Amino acid sequence: MELGRPNLEEFAATLLELAHRDRNVLVLTSDSRGSGKLVPFASALPDQIIEVGIAEQNLVGIAAGLASAGKKVFAVSPACFLTARAFEQIKNDVAYSDRPVKLIGISAGVSYGALGSTHHSLHDFAALRAVNNLDILAPADNFETREAIRAAYHHPRPIYIRFGKQPMPHVHTPDTRFEVGRAITLRSGTDVTFIATGETVPRAVQACDVLAERGISAGTISMHTIKPLDEEALLIAAQTSRALITVEEHSVYGGLGEACAAALMQRGVFKPLRIVGIPDEYTVTGSQAEIFAHYGITPEGLAITAQKLLAVESVR
Amino acid sequence: MNERELRLKSIEYRKTILTIIHHANAGHTGGSLSCVDILNVLYNHVMNISPQNFDDPNRDRYVQSKGHAVEALYTVLADKGFYSPAELKTLNRYQSHFIGHPTRKVPGVEQNTGALGHGLSVAVGMALAGKLDGRRYRVYTLLGDGELTEGSSWEASMTAAHYKLDNLIVIIDRNGLQITGPTEQVVALESLKDKFEAFGYAVRSCNGNDVGDLLRTLEQVPFEPGKPNLILANTVKGKGVSFIENQIGWHHKVPTAEELARALAELEQAQAELEKVMA
Ligand SMILES: Cc1ncc(C[n+]2csc(CCOP(=O)(O)OP(=O)(O)O)c2C)c(N)n1
Ligand SMILES: [Mg+2]
Repeated sequence: MELGRPNLEEFAATLLELAHRDRNVLVLTSDSRGSGKLVPFASALPDQIIEVGIAEQNLVGIAAGLASAGKKVFAVSPACFLTARAFEQIKNDVAYSDRPVKLIGISAGVSYGALGSTHHSLHDFAALRAVNNLDILAPADNFETREAIRAAYHHPRPIYIRFGKQPMPHVHTPDTRFEVGRAITLRSGTDVTFIATGETVPRAVQACDVLAERGISAGTISMHTIKPLDEEALLIAAQTSRALITVEEHSVYGGLGEACAAALMQRGVFKPLRIVGIPDEYTVTGSQAEIFAHYGITPEGLAITAQKLLAVESVR
Repeated sequence: MNERELRLKSIEYRKTILTIIHHANAGHTGGSLSCVDILNVLYNHVMNISPQNFDDPNRDRYVQSKGHAVEALYTVLADKGFYSPAELKTLNRYQSHFIGHPTRKVPGVEQNTGALGHGLSVAVGMALAGKLDGRRYRVYTLLGDGELTEGSSWEASMTAAHYKLDNLIVIIDRNGLQITGPTEQVVALESLKDKFEAFGYAVRSCNGNDVGDLLRTLEQVPFEPGKPNLILANTVKGKGVSFIENQIGWHHKVPTAEELARALAELEQAQAELEKVMA
């Protein structure tokens, strides 16, 4: 996989393109334009950026008000503050009031590494999944980020998109099609399928290579949309492989894993399943890569999880 | 500790802050240098907080609401003997408790912070508990000026005034800068004095990088019985190193080896001059 740029930069470039074409596009920041790579945007289109200060609740409320007047508003703030601090504004002013604000959570998951739990967003899928009328996306690579931002521009409903700040490898071929709510199958495997989202996706793809060398057929689905969940893709994976492993940069509670488990069980599909994410504990200190390694979100770690799951499966 | 000793301490602290940020390859340089004189005076002259009394319900409390300036806090706590200064080398390292924002896993830290706009409410709670329990301790909290746009600070202020928390001392690190630029260009804050007075505080201003001025101001607490105390501490972001002072980029820029050497040389020169005067 060839290395691309950070999804953060892809987002900023895409947003600038959209804003150049449509004066109704506004970006709102909360002392976050530097972190959001939006300084070039501010120089190019100073009339289309609004700064509210360090005030995330205010940010989301103002975004809802601007959206009510037909503005296409991208509210940009670190995912941790946007979704925790402004949760009630998201729930009431955006989702419940049906204002199609585009909520952009930057430096999501454990991107902020050693800055610690105040700066991690390991709760956002869980919290926001329980809010009606809000779609949730976590693009994996530059292609998915670009497409997600373009889709958000046209999206008739409130939408939340979160991504990180490390350069990401390209996981897709040029002919790939992107649609909100439609997972993308990157590889099929008959033994195990990784259902991954966001920055964990390339690690799952690499785990497939590791497993192939060990004689295990593994596949990967990029589940870029957490809500609405693509249950069809999930069911196909369950039919074509012996076991499933979900992978996410999120708490193991309430995220992609539990969404998949609930969808499968309620359709009467019982498959060996592991939910890989950040466990329910005081998160270890380290960079994003060190935290991933600590919790087994690496090609080798995921391969071992798959081997253990398949071993248990074959004993049954 | 007398004023001159405190001034020497501030220089020592600045050297440590820059060194550990360089070593960790991450940190909030500007905001740590702007507030370190305030922490110095609080911990070494004003507050009764030490490793020996940290379990004592009568100890004073310090809540650092601008948690990102954690390198200043960790430096001062090491010097106070809460842990060995050698532990500062583990800052931000894999499995260390010394993360990039204050955490109670580190001895001497009173409250976990890092998301701005939380510390004042928590400090109000601590001050209120002191009043309810008839204890004489005081609660000190340090806020950034950019941080003041978080509405929660103003909610907490109304509660503090309502309950007449004259045992609460709020210090604003008024360095005039946040990440994007000068506070008055990002979202104008002035007149802060009028705003805080309107919210019920007794307000004083001082030079927050001058230990003498800080000492004299803090000695006057409570400024007015029955009112929470607020100090507008006018500071320079990045104070003490010529090329870091007042530079937006140094909010979280890390000194290179060469920059560290230059900064330490400047600080050592200031130290030598001060020692000469003292001799
Ligand atoms: C709720 C929240 N929003 C955003 C941030 C990111 N952030 C960290 S420091 C900072 C600027 C703080 O400026 P100021 O309060 O003036 O601090 P100082 O100048 O003393 O460093 C911002 C926006 C945060 N830590 N918490
Ligand atoms: Mg400031």
